[in-house]
Amino acid sequence: MRIACPHCGLRDVREFTYLGDATPERPDPQAPDAVDRFNAYVYMRDNTAGAHRELWYHGAGCQAWLAVERNTRTHVIAAVRSYKATS
Amino acid sequence: MSEPISASRGEQQPHRLGGGLINRSRPVRGLFDGKAIEGFAGDTLASALLANGIRLVGRSFKYHRPRGILTAGPEEPNALVELRSGARREPNTRATTTEMFEGLEATSQNRWPSLQFDLLSMNSLLSPFLPAGFYYKTFMWPASFWERVYEPLIRKAAGLGRASAEPDPDHYEQAYAFCDVLIVGAGAAGLAAAQAAARSGARVIVCEQDFLVGGRLLADDREIGGVPGGIWSDAVVAELNGRPQVRMMTRTCVFGVYDSGVYGAIERVSDHLPQPAAHQPRQRLWRIMAKRAILASGAIERPLAFPDNDRPGVMMASAVRSYLNRFAVRPGQRVALFTNNDDGWRTAKDLRRHGVEITAIIDSRPDVPAPLKAQWSDARVIDDGRVSGTSGGTGLRAISVTTRGGRQRIKADTLAMSGGWNPDLGLTCHHGGRPVWRDDLAAFVPGQAPPGLTAVGAANGRMLLRDCLAEGSEAGRKAAEDAGFVASGEDVPRVDDETFAVTALWHVGGHKAFVDFQNDVTADDIALSEREGFRSVEHLKRYTTLGMATDQGKLSNVNGLAIMAALTGQAIPAVGTTSYRPPHIPVAIGALAGHHRGKQFRPFRLTPSHQWAQQQSAVFVESGAWLRAQYFPRPGEKDWLETVSREVRTVRSAVGFCDVSTLGKIEVHGADAGAFLDRLYINTFSNLPVGRARYGLMLREDGMAFDDGTTSRLADDRYFMTTTTANAVRVFQHMHFCHQVLWPELDVQFASATDEWAQFSVAGPHARDVLARLVDPPFSIANADFPYMGVAELTVCGGIPARLYRLSFSGELAYEIGVPARYGDALARSLMRAGEPLGIVSYGTEALGVMRIEKGHVAGNELDGRTTADDLGLGRMMSSKKDFIGRVMATRPGLTDPKRPKLVGLRPRNAGERLYAGSHLLPKGAAHTIENDQGIVTSVAFSPSINHWIGLGFIVGGATRIGETVMMVDFMRDSFVDVELCAPVFVDPKGERLRG
Repeated sequence: MRIACPHCGLRDVREFTYLGDATPERPDPQAPDAVDRFNAYVYMRDNTAGAHRELWYHGAGCQAWLAVERNTRTHVIAAVRSYKATS
Repeated sequence: MSEPISASRGEQQPHRLGGGLINRSRPVRGLFDGKAIEGFAGDTLASALLANGIRLVGRSFKYHRPRGILTAGPEEPNALVELRSGARREPNTRATTTEMFEGLEATSQNRWPSLQFDLLSMNSLLSPFLPAGFYYKTFMWPASFWERVYEPLIRKAAGLGRASAEPDPDHYEQAYAFCDVLIVGAGAAGLAAAQAAARSGARVIVCEQDFLVGGRLLADDREIGGVPGGIWSDAVVAELNGRPQVRMMTRTCVFGVYDSGVYGAIERVSDHLPQPAAHQPRQRLWRIMAKRAILASGAIERPLAFPDNDRPGVMMASAVRSYLNRFAVRPGQRVALFTNNDDGWRTAKDLRRHGVEITAIIDSRPDVPAPLKAQWSDARVIDDGRVSGTSGGTGLRAISVTTRGGRQRIKADTLAMSGGWNPDLGLTCHHGGRPVWRDDLAAFVPGQAPPGLTAVGAANGRMLLRDCLAEGSEAGRKAAEDAGFVASGEDVPRVDDETFAVTALWHVGGHKAFVDFQNDVTADDIALSEREGFRSVEHLKRYTTLGMATDQGKLSNVNGLAIMAALTGQAIPAVGTTSYRPPHIPVAIGALAGHHRGKQFRPFRLTPSHQWAQQQSAVFVESGAWLRAQYFPRPGEKDWLETVSREVRTVRSAVGFCDVSTLGKIEVHGADAGAFLDRLYINTFSNLPVGRARYGLMLREDGMAFDDGTTSRLADDRYFMTTTTANAVRVFQHMHFCHQVLWPELDVQFASATDEWAQFSVAGPHARDVLARLVDPPFSIANADFPYMGVAELTVCGGIPARLYRLSFSGELAYEIGVPARYGDALARSLMRAGEPLGIVSYGTEALGVMRIEKGHVAGNELDGRTTADDLGLGRMMSSKKDFIGRVMATRPGLTDPKRPKLVGLRPRNAGERLYAGSHLLPKGAAHTIENDQGIVTSVAFSPSINHWIGLGFIVGGATRIGETVMMVDFMRDSFVDVELCAPVFVDPKGERLRG
């Protein structure tokens, strides 16, 4: 499998590390129910079959964290952007 | 028309014909079961055996029935031999794809004492007790027999060939290739596609698993554009070879379709040679990146299932043509033909052309097309007939034919059979696509293929040569266009007349009608499976083992599920198919490993002082990818314990140094560098004075301790962070995540400096004296000028840039000195020279570990991902004034439970006893059960400072139980020791040596 890093071009998947779903956002640590929110942030994930926006780290390349849109059924990658560019 | 070679030349090869694609100027000799055989370059082992009159080549897996050569290709299920001997011996090698070479040695498999007289063929008599799945119903009584009797017997009986137990002397390469269009298979359709794509200028790679190019054109007598098929394909190959952007790869099989247009292929570089040439690999594993790919893998002829269809002499009709036309071998002298389709009749034509007697042509169809029969008025043609049996012991002598009129016996020493053709579509299913059934072809054709892959020709169900050429050409053109090239359409050459029609015939009826030859599965077994309720195709496969042999069902899958469909009254598509997964053909594990064997299994990293340490006879230990000096034995020392104890005693009484370059080092710069570190660590770094260092602990977001290290402040906006050796890469990745994803607004930049600095710890009462000899003025290393936890940038040894940190892992007066990595070796030698008059010693990771345990410093054993800062006794370090990673989750009830095991020191009650890491701590006198488990021992060492074993661990209650005696329980090492709980520090508890 290859991933098109926006900085480095199409590279072998072995250059990257996968983290998981990119959609959860780190909760406000000051919120009154912070523990519950952090529990969901750390542990709870939708196990999506289909379009998935996920985080990959180009560790053996430019070290950018990337937001990748990949279909978990077919592995077809629709888009790859640096995470900073999408937020 | 060709005659057999005359007796004067061909006694050894009585069945050799004239013509063919073999090279008669290069005779080769080999051995089969110790008997000499002769052939020519261009023969396979199978064609040479047939030429020499040998057709009994193996014994079947379960019943030990005599078996002969069934096919001429990689789908062969019977002619499996052990090739070569010694370390290169390889079992289950297909004689049909093994190229003959001088000195070839092959041995038949699965028989004792010999192929002709196999005593184990007695199994045939037991066959009523050995149907599919018999082992689910037997071997259960008595229970004690299972391990002692049944399992050893089954292990001996299992398998076909024997692997060599010696290390593989060959090596294997891995290679990468890139192209616009990949063509899989160089038969008619593949060559047409390659030609069309290549003419556009696209980069084309053609992979052909055979050693010759041409596919069925090598074996069939066809005409393309007015010339013989072989001439046409030679011309196309010449054109392709003349284009520099085209790469033709023979002996190369594409075995897998992976994501993103990546294809796996195996090139058999040296399999056809006695052994690889010097510096050549045995095989080469390719990863091919192709924008588009065309699957032109052809189709595989299907056997017919009738009683005793596995007798040596029964052969696929297309294989008979291969042996006649390509290998110039007559498979027999009196050949009968049994077919349910038009293509089988081609074999009759070729037999006649080669002067071989045809004893009967049996077509199962009642409506055989008249044009087929027209040229056979002089032959015995039987319409609407079935072969219902064979006879002849270890070689066919006669067949039984059944028609509406009754049964008759016909003499034949060879039976060519054709049940139709199955497109070889496995690769189209590698992404989960399922094939589609076609009633008109009585075969499956590709369904949804992986993106970028198109099937053409016979692989796509095109049974006429003209359609193969047309479809291949158009696909090649389209693929080049999709890859961005301008490609024009090609005219399709005229071909000789042809027809295709087939009427399915799945089972003639009767017993011992083999469906899966390699695993000895008959039509009766499929019926048994259905009776017992295993009706889905997935259950059928696993219950009967149909399709699970090394040929992966290439000849058996379709017949098997068609028979099941008939038994269950379903249409074939309803029964479904099993999945196809890579590899499409067997691939040697050595080829997948490539050069990653032994020491080269993975990369290793050496410290700057590695060579120097080797010269000191250091013993090394693997620490992740690093090789680190573990201890430095001196002559006369009897074991590591003596060496390590000496190193520790010398450090604590004089001075020693140790290479600690492997710890992670990260430069952190920027206006917000301090703020960034505050969010990573549990303690505060933004208030660290310039020129000072501080120990830090960081958590994971789930609240567990993650990593620790010392971070120094070199300037307002410059910090130098260290991590543990094991976590360096992980921490760096985590920092990037925090900066890029969580807090992109912070003005901070960081870079890995692990490989930039050689770093040594210098520890002991004389540490300052040693370094004083190396530091350059005006730097002053006096205690008042450079106190504990100080950090400085300076030069040493007359101008070499360096950093000095007054840190102590050992608890002694100690420093760490860092210089650019290229000076590491020189610094090690300088430290030895400077310290020699003071009795300096070099120490390794063992002594480093002993000393940190003596001081109760936690390390990787304690930071195992399951402990919190509180558990480690570092809870007070957690700042309440700032947010940091893991702060919120660390407050979870489960992580703040006072009953969690806490860090404690351990000493044996009896000073002579040994402690073991990994043992559990239970109350003294309690039963040794999990209910009484209260903790675990994480680190142990023999302390030469106090002369007994010591340990660190975690126990419920922790420091509140100091003074209590508990039991250390270790079932693995059979050790049960009374230990006293104590404070986790064993040397200099007040820390007075640090600040001197």
